[in-house]
Amino acid sequence: MKARLLAPVAGLLTATMVLAGCGAGGDRESDSGGEGGGASDVGVTEDTVTVGGHFPLTGVAAPGYSEIPTGAQAYFDYVNAAGGINGRQIEYIVKDDGYNPTNTSQVTNELVLQDEIFAMVGGLGTPTHSAVVDFLNSEGVPDLFVSSGSLQWGDDVESKPYTFGWQPDYEIEGKIIGQYIAENMPKAKVGLFLQDDDFGEDGEKGVRQYLDKQIVGVERYTSGNTDVGPQVAGLQAKGADLVIAFNTPSYTALTQLTSLALGYEPTWFYSNVGSDPQLVGSLLNRFSEGAVEGDNSSLNDVLTTEYIPGVDATDDPWVQLWQEVWDQEGEGGELTNYRIYGMSQAYAFVQALAAAGEDLTRDGLVEAVESFEDVTGPQLAPFRYSADSHMGISGMRVVELQGGKAEELTPVLVSDIGDAPIEEDSSDQASDAPPEGGIPDGS
Amino acid sequence: MNRFLDVWRHSVLGRHLLTALIGLAVVVVVLESVGDFRALQLAAMAYLGIAAGGLTVLTGINGQISLGHGALMAFGAYTTALLLDDPTSSMPISLVVLASTAVALLVGTAVGVAAARLHGPYLAGATLALAIAVPGIALYFGSFLGGEQGLRVSLPDVPVWALDLEYLLTGTEMSRSQYVAYLGWITLIVTFVLLANLARGRVGRRWRAVRDDEVSAELAGIQLGRARISAFMVSAAAAGAAGSVLAITARLAAPSGFTIVLSLTLLTAVVLGGLGYLSGALIGAGLLTFLPPFVTRIGGDAGLSDIRAAELAPLVYGLVMVLVILLAPAGLVGTTRMSLAGRRARRQMAAAGAAGATTGSPGTTAPHDSSDEHDPGTPQASGSTTPKGSTR
Repeated sequence: MKARLLAPVAGLLTATMVLAGCGAGGDRESDSGGEGGGASDVGVTEDTVTVGGHFPLTGVAAPGYSEIPTGAQAYFDYVNAAGGINGRQIEYIVKDDGYNPTNTSQVTNELVLQDEIFAMVGGLGTPTHSAVVDFLNSEGVPDLFVSSGSLQWGDDVESKPYTFGWQPDYEIEGKIIGQYIAENMPKAKVGLFLQDDDFGEDGEKGVRQYLDKQIVGVERYTSGNTDVGPQVAGLQAKGADLVIAFNTPSYTALTQLTSLALGYEPTWFYSNVGSDPQLVGSLLNRFSEGAVEGDNSSLNDVLTTEYIPGVDATDDPWVQLWQEVWDQEGEGGELTNYRIYGMSQAYAFVQALAAAGEDLTRDGLVEAVESFEDVTGPQLAPFRYSADSHMGISGMRVVELQGGKAEELTPVLVSDIGDAPIEEDSSDQASDAPPEGGIPDGS
Repeated sequence: MNRFLDVWRHSVLGRHLLTALIGLAVVVVVLESVGDFRALQLAAMAYLGIAAGGLTVLTGINGQISLGHGALMAFGAYTTALLLDDPTSSMPISLVVLASTAVALLVGTAVGVAAARLHGPYLAGATLALAIAVPGIALYFGSFLGGEQGLRVSLPDVPVWALDLEYLLTGTEMSRSQYVAYLGWITLIVTFVLLANLARGRVGRRWRAVRDDEVSAELAGIQLGRARISAFMVSAAAAGAAGSVLAITARLAAPSGFTIVLSLTLLTAVVLGGLGYLSGALIGAGLLTFLPPFVTRIGGDAGLSDIRAAELAPLVYGLVMVLVILLAPAGLVGTTRMSLAGRRARRQMAAAGAAGATTGSPGTTAPHDSSDEHDPGTPQASGSTTPKGSTR
């Protein structure tokens, strides 16, 4: 009995002593230092480069968003099949965070510390990604093309030198929407329906620059609360005949159903995030348990914006490329707007890899993205990247949905945060076409 | 060396402290041999373990159920985030954890006063409401508590004495992840020693008495309300400490981290490990921390797409839960201990029977009594005969 008890205690104590022995004196300060500089090419080998991203693959935010990494994966496979970039195959690791920031923090630890990714590509969500943005920057991990339009990814380069936004931020989206309405519907009584976080706040800031006087009511909802009856009724009571909504796709479906139930028929103007006709159609069907037959035409007459060509633009050379990529490398199922979103981001990343050259380092990649001037790409307006700004795509156009197709109402309009004016895009970015073979080269 | 054994045999406190010391040695050995990522995973296990430990005392020993412990963790986490909002803050991290514990203790007292009047499903309902309502507070006071995006926690630099100690012991630099993991596990060990002592002493006996039979307990002079409230306070304090460690580990306190799912996860950890056993809470926490990523990785390696692999984790998690409840209804630790105790009892019976048949002397069973006391580990070793006390 004695031996049985004592053995483990003795063993452990010995083990601790042995470990202690390894240390043995010396001055801590003098031994350290000198490292850190050479760690910049983690995740890169002669013939591979490993990148990762966090996405909601399960849970409430999964419908739609979980398709984004499948699109990116397909494009990376397409590039790998053609020999990769600078002889390196792209390995893409996707982790599920269920749209819970605590999980995001855990899976990002896993990506950075265990899988040793070279860069984060397309990490999704404002609350989720803001949980890890400081960590990524303190570890010096390039954090490219965050899948969110919050301003914080790009407006403070000094404190977040490794983070880059991608899609147009919600503020310029708000400005462009605001100006369109002020010019084309000056009599409209405008109601705002906003998600109660950065998304809604940034959007409202933009809209108010142009529409402050026309706004008759503002309602906010908390993501996760599925009853939007009070908000929609509130807008109805204020007599709003045009509702600008900054919300996620589920809430597009919920507001449509609720206003149907209340007999409220304003003109709806959904921000780009919440306006995917395919997804909203299927959600309408599901939420109403079949009572509303959701399909592509459910969002007819709805106004929205677009900044990359979607599945409906079958004539667009980019969409034709995405279709080819998806047919070749996709994992089954249809090409959707979310997959195109993933592919477009992946395209920009491949472009950055190619531009960063043979000697791939993390800082080299960041520099390459900062000098992304006039690159071709599916985005309708150019990126705003520079050493002073990491904001993404600079503009979008206003469209009206008809039968799942986007009909252009304005040319591509570009702007920037703050009181930068809105101008028609002069770069002709919208009419460029992908290079032969569909893979960007270094220049 | 015999002194050790004497202490082990005769002093409850000594036994707990020795176990803690061994635990600390294990923690040091393990944390020194794993990488940064594992260290952070272990820190996650620590915060789940601390909260589950508190919950197992409340539910297993005092018989109150709480579906709102995730919300109590939120109070701890937000306190930590508010105190650590500035990287240059000079507040020692141990004080931050203590302050978080104190805030959760205060909230726990308020909830405990209400909870003491409620039973069974009503108590479950009330604490469920807590779990649902608390994340809403962070949204309502969005400008102060950061709303949906929560508050970021900026961990101060690893203190110099910790760096020096680490260097003296192992000759390596202590990374931030290691520091966080040490913080988590030391908090866990301290919490568990305190919980074990409470549960084993007079307070714990009162809690158990209240759990087992209210009328008898009251007849014996125990104030039911006071016993219930004190159990809830202790449990809430543990949740607060856990929340603090969570905020430091995740570098964030955000409402979506403290939904009902977290509360249910804690309950799952307690049920998986075995109600009323601190070691069970720890094992449950370990399973919940390591199983999902492990399963996802296996799924990914087996060629499943990312989405399918991610969906595998909840499936396996559910299956394990069903299997444990079917095959080991008292939890992993509980069932093991019961079967061990059963085997020992049978052996004693057989020995007694054999002895009785050959010599007829009843005295031969005496040595077995002392061997019983060697049973190491949890406070319920010889105290509780009904590990499924939560049925009340």
